[in-house]
Amino acid sequence: MNPLLESIFSPEFGYAILRVMTPLLFPAIGVAFSELAGTINIALEGVMLMSAFTGVIVSTYTGSLWLALVCGIAAGLLMASILAYFHLRLKANIILGAVALNMFASGMTIFLLFIITGDKGSTSSLASLVFPELEIPLLTSIPILGPIISGHNVLTYAAILSVAFFYVVIFRTPLGLRIRAVGQNPHAAESVGINVNRIRWYALLLSGFFGALGGLYLSMGYVSWFSRDMTAGRGFIAVAAATLGGNLPLGTFLASLFFGFVNSIAIYIAAINIPSELIQLIPYAVTIIALAVYSVRAARRKRKRVDAESAPEGSA
Amino acid sequence: MQNILEVKDLLKVYPDGTIANREISVAVEENTIHAVVGENGAGKSTLMKMIFGIEQPQEGRIFYRGTETEIRNPHHAISLGIGMVHQHLMLAPDLSVAENMVLGVEPLRRTLFLDSDRMVRVTEQISTENGLAVPARKKIRDLPIGVKQRVEILKALFRNAELLILDEPTAVLTPQETEQLFKTLFYLKENGKTILFISHKLREVKQIADRVTVMRDSRIVTTCDAEGLTEDDIAYLMVGREISHDRIPTGDAPGEVKLSVRDLSYVDDDGLPLLKQINFDVRAGEILGLAGVEGNGQTPLINALTGLLSGTKGEIKVTGESIAAMSPRTIRERGLSHVPEDRMENGVADVATLEENFIVDRYFKPRFSRWGRLLWRIISEHSRDLIKRFNVLARSSKTVVGSLSGGNIQKVVVARELSSDPTVIIAAQPTRGIDIGSEELVHNLLKEARDEGKAIFLVSADLDEVLKLSTRVIVIYDGEIVKHFETTDGVTGPDLGPYMLGVKREEGAGGTIRP
Repeated sequence: MNPLLESIFSPEFGYAILRVMTPLLFPAIGVAFSELAGTINIALEGVMLMSAFTGVIVSTYTGSLWLALVCGIAAGLLMASILAYFHLRLKANIILGAVALNMFASGMTIFLLFIITGDKGSTSSLASLVFPELEIPLLTSIPILGPIISGHNVLTYAAILSVAFFYVVIFRTPLGLRIRAVGQNPHAAESVGINVNRIRWYALLLSGFFGALGGLYLSMGYVSWFSRDMTAGRGFIAVAAATLGGNLPLGTFLASLFFGFVNSIAIYIAAINIPSELIQLIPYAVTIIALAVYSVRAARRKRKRVDAESAPEGSA
Repeated sequence: MQNILEVKDLLKVYPDGTIANREISVAVEENTIHAVVGENGAGKSTLMKMIFGIEQPQEGRIFYRGTETEIRNPHHAISLGIGMVHQHLMLAPDLSVAENMVLGVEPLRRTLFLDSDRMVRVTEQISTENGLAVPARKKIRDLPIGVKQRVEILKALFRNAELLILDEPTAVLTPQETEQLFKTLFYLKENGKTILFISHKLREVKQIADRVTVMRDSRIVTTCDAEGLTEDDIAYLMVGREISHDRIPTGDAPGEVKLSVRDLSYVDDDGLPLLKQINFDVRAGEILGLAGVEGNGQTPLINALTGLLSGTKGEIKVTGESIAAMSPRTIRERGLSHVPEDRMENGVADVATLEENFIVDRYFKPRFSRWGRLLWRIISEHSRDLIKRFNVLARSSKTVVGSLSGGNIQKVVVARELSSDPTVIIAAQPTRGIDIGSEELVHNLLKEARDEGKAIFLVSADLDEVLKLSTRVIVIYDGEIVKHFETTDGVTGPDLGPYMLGVKREEGAGGTIRP
């Protein structure tokens, strides 16, 4: 068999998909939370960069993984709070605010990187800690699936559990109901005494929290260093994933899985003789194609449903 | 009887200096239906906002159940037992009826989680208790407007409202749905509730109110028993002079066809058939009224006639010429004018001055511009002339349109559209949300235009208006013409209702073309 196909059908490839998916799934859940509340957060690129950077620096200088986790999350929450403050308090446009934060995060992390390490590229000179990989005995023993789903980074499992957490919060708690109500008709929520800004603030903090986990995974799991602009558009692909998934838990998960798959393919075929620039283009090109296909199909589905509904009515 | 609510000497001045309410004193007796009527801008909404805690008065006192109370915000009002059904319904479309019902006071299970079963149970309970059937598990999006309004009323009752404020609740309802609503309100009254009902439809006020408060010019003119009061009395109090309610007599026999529509169909981007095989003619010297519940295709029809909608099938002719592929400007040059249904969106540029708004359809004509330069002196003259002729209340022709009242903005639109010497006039909701005085003016202007031999197509959600002005009436339901009334003599709202609701239809009405 073709060596490329052989490697794609190997369990290692399945393992790689989950690994590559993790830094997309976290921010995608974040985006979905924020969009359900009607305040889409496209600043997750910046959130992830800040958290990734903070995690590496804190773990290097304190030697504490826990402290790195806490500080990384705090950095993400801080970024989300800044966005929330600008948008909800100062009434700035949320897209402009997010664009500004993304640029700020990119510049700020490089600036601090240079101050701390004297290097403008990466923290490869620092000895960052990484989050541990988990060997779950029961999972390992499953045939075929075992090698795919076992031995992942603890944050990869956390990401998958986050999908369940997302579901429970949105559909099973008052906060989730209020988030949905605020997103659909803020005046309705307001009229029954719900503080719309507060709910949106919570939703943005949740998006910052998940973005932070995505960033921490990137620099302390996926790899073990921070490099400039290392998110490489994942915060934006997350927006696409949440949209494709209809901002719903399962949909967002499947869309992230799909983008994880595409990214893994790009990594695998890098081995064969195609210009690497073309290969690096794949994840982004596929994002555009997926969004286009999704929109066309959604429009068609709607049309069919309408036809089906209007047919019996017409005869009445 | 005891007063549930009493306000004394309320004064409300908005930050821009507008005095919206002054010397407002009124008492609402418990267990009555109390109507508040007045023209637009008379201050009804401001008063309700103060009672519901959305606005705070500068001076004056509010007593609720005999105790002086400062109503801080809507939440506070709700906790006192005041509920409000807003004109624009406050519901989240993708949530179920039950979810909307309990929003903000959700029943919990194991302290953290929503109790969906109890949510549905309490919804069904409050619905049976009040005799208002609603499908608890259905999404709001899938319900007709009358049922949505029922959900709103139940929402207030669920929050233990004793005093229920309804802000023009019948504006969006058909006559049948209105009857249903009134039955509900009587039922609630029998069960001890008090209802504050805002309206400017006098017949309704007569029909349901025990007490009537009339407002004019930010003051209360009078509060009295509805018993013995006639519609004309109320109208007189509202505007301070007599208003004619008579149907406007039909003009001379209509002349030749000026606007003709043949087999007009339209399917939108989502595949929804919004217009289905529509046929009608409008002749010179007649007003053809289009009746229908809003959202049954009126908007795409108007847009198709005025060149604002592409992708339609069929043929539209203005004075015998097909307007397919013509731009709105070309269509206007062929003699069509358009009073749009949403005057703020399509009628005026609210940040521009009156003069600028008056010339948007004619600035390019040689009279107003030379060598690409606007002749402002002539434009000002022209504008002052229109302001005078159409009785627009504005300080000068350089006043920004957005600062005028709704009625005066509408006069600006009507002035522009009628002064372009049209052959065909599309008048969509020409008096929506404007006061009786302005309404009368607009009606008279349309009548004059008709007598001058213009062909007028009138689209209105206000049945009284349609019946009062039209020579003939067609009814639209779900994008189809389902009924054609050759004359409006003896036709009443309830005659139109079943057609508007799609309960009845006249076979072949869609193909009806006046012989």
